[in-house]
Amino acid sequence: MNATSYKDLPVSVEDLTVAYRYEPVLWDVDVDVPQGTLMAIVGPNGAGKSTLIKTVLGLIEPAAGRVSIYGESFKEQRNRVAYVPQRGSVDWDFPTDALDVVMMGRYGHLGWLRHPGADTRKLAMEALEKVGMQKYANRQISQLSGGQQQRVFLARALIQDAEIYLMDEPFQGVDATTERAIIEVLRALQGRGSTVVAVHHDLETVPEYFDHVLLLNVRAIACGPVEDVFTQENLRKTYGGRTDMLAAATKNVNGNP
Amino acid sequence: MSNAFWIQLVGAIVAIACALPGVFLVLRRSAMISDAISHTVLFGIVVGFLVLDVDPTSPILILTAALSGLLTVWLIELLQNTKRLNSDAAIGLVFPILFSIAVILINTQIRNAHVDEDAVLLGHLIFAPVNRLVLLGINLPEGVWVMGGILLINLTFLVLFYKELKITTFDPGLAAALGISPALVHYSLMGMVSVTAVGAFDHVGAILVVALMVAPPATAYLLTNKLERMLVLSALFGAASAVAGYWVSNIFSVNVAGAMASMTGVFFILVLVFAPERGLLAQRLETAERRKRFAVEMLVVHLMAHEGQPDELEESSISHLSEQLRWQPEFAQQVVRRANRGNYINRQNGHLELTDNGRQLAQDAMRR
Repeated sequence: MNATSYKDLPVSVEDLTVAYRYEPVLWDVDVDVPQGTLMAIVGPNGAGKSTLIKTVLGLIEPAAGRVSIYGESFKEQRNRVAYVPQRGSVDWDFPTDALDVVMMGRYGHLGWLRHPGADTRKLAMEALEKVGMQKYANRQISQLSGGQQQRVFLARALIQDAEIYLMDEPFQGVDATTERAIIEVLRALQGRGSTVVAVHHDLETVPEYFDHVLLLNVRAIACGPVEDVFTQENLRKTYGGRTDMLAAATKNVNGNP
Repeated sequence: MSNAFWIQLVGAIVAIACALPGVFLVLRRSAMISDAISHTVLFGIVVGFLVLDVDPTSPILILTAALSGLLTVWLIELLQNTKRLNSDAAIGLVFPILFSIAVILINTQIRNAHVDEDAVLLGHLIFAPVNRLVLLGINLPEGVWVMGGILLINLTFLVLFYKELKITTFDPGLAAALGISPALVHYSLMGMVSVTAVGAFDHVGAILVVALMVAPPATAYLLTNKLERMLVLSALFGAASAVAGYWVSNIFSVNVAGAMASMTGVFFILVLVFAPERGLLAQRLETAERRKRFAVEMLVVHLMAHEGQPDELEESSISHLSEQLRWQPEFAQQVVRRANRGNYINRQNGHLELTDNGRQLAQDAMRR
């Protein structure tokens, strides 16, 4: 791959190895995320899915390898990347409301010594509207359901106004309404040319929701368009023996029994 | 100005200066770090005094004390990062070591120690009006200058870095991704806690610094859902504890710092019991109310299920209810009275009949 094409790749991960106490969590992973895709990262527990996202975001220092965002380091491209952490990673008893949490998405743009004002508030209300949460703007965050909390996180990512959206299990523990709301937002993002990468757990919905998939189990087993790489064989390589469940998941793609 | 005024003023300033960083300690679930820091500042004072050979009242010692506070935090994190013990055990290991080294140094190296055990525990707020300091031509008690300065630093830090403190407390992962270093903010906050602890230590002693950093924020947390309000309320509770503590100490002739700290506890308990939403009393009342509301719903659903059935008469008799719905007879009476008041049922010689209102309630309850 030559140097110019890197510039066109939202995320390019090269020979990435991440270790925890000299135990590899990710082993020599290569992933290219093409412009404008909706990519799912799937793999069993402990496969390194969250670690991959966090390493791309510079939250974890890799043992080896390189991450580039449109050809440059994450630090230089910070404002082009939005992040949705796992819902369980924060304390929802924190004294604040939904609108305030959404406004946090602008803190990076504001920079030091500047406080969010009326314009940020307006952007946050618009983002809440996009995820169908405007009615809950002033609701204390602990009084939101899990699905509503996830939508608040999504709104916070929208307000970052990025080109690349990295999401750690956005569908984790949400109700059907929220799942539909989230997928609509993801498609809208794709529609305006953004790129979305999401850690995903439900294999059955991969072909419906995403167009690209990365199958990960410490190593990158396969990565590409869903119809090419989301095969029984690749899933078996990723998950090991539990093939009956996998057969059901790939049915939509390959028409296999 | 009277002595009473100055003692209350210095006490209130100390309390407010402690409450502000305390809010973030409580929200970060690291309240006990204030316990560690408030003890190990003594280590910094003693080592600074011995190594730099300065006057025991020198302001340089505030700096060495603050550094020892940061050293404490760093050592605790070092132990925690070994993943061999939890943060509470790490805190419990680190600060007694530094604190006891300080005590040994005082006993062996410093004769005529300016710092005696009583001062370490309780401070000497009572002398606040006596130690004067003239700055810019203004003669004020030293405590007003020192703690006022520290309060000003804390307020400035808070106003300038409010959004950074907020986001690193709520979501350090996102903060880091946005380029706001959680570690930098964390150590700045710990520096703020350390400097505050040094200043407060002089006036209210080590143990009471903890009370002032933890209790007012914990009290405020029970009363509000907004961080801004939590900060303001914490400051108010801190100041109120200081003033009330002064008068308690005056009336009962007890140590003033001790009385102030006790008042933080009194305020906390009062709020814990009587807070409008999260108070124990409010929750008890709400649970009782919910129990009765649910009982009325069970009653109307039960009646509706048997409406028009052959067993309707039997199932709707009041005496049958306590058995069928497992209610004590007097509770059953209460529920029937309540349902009657709400116009959900009518009593017809020992039987209960649903009203339209009651049928509606039953349908709503089942749909939920």
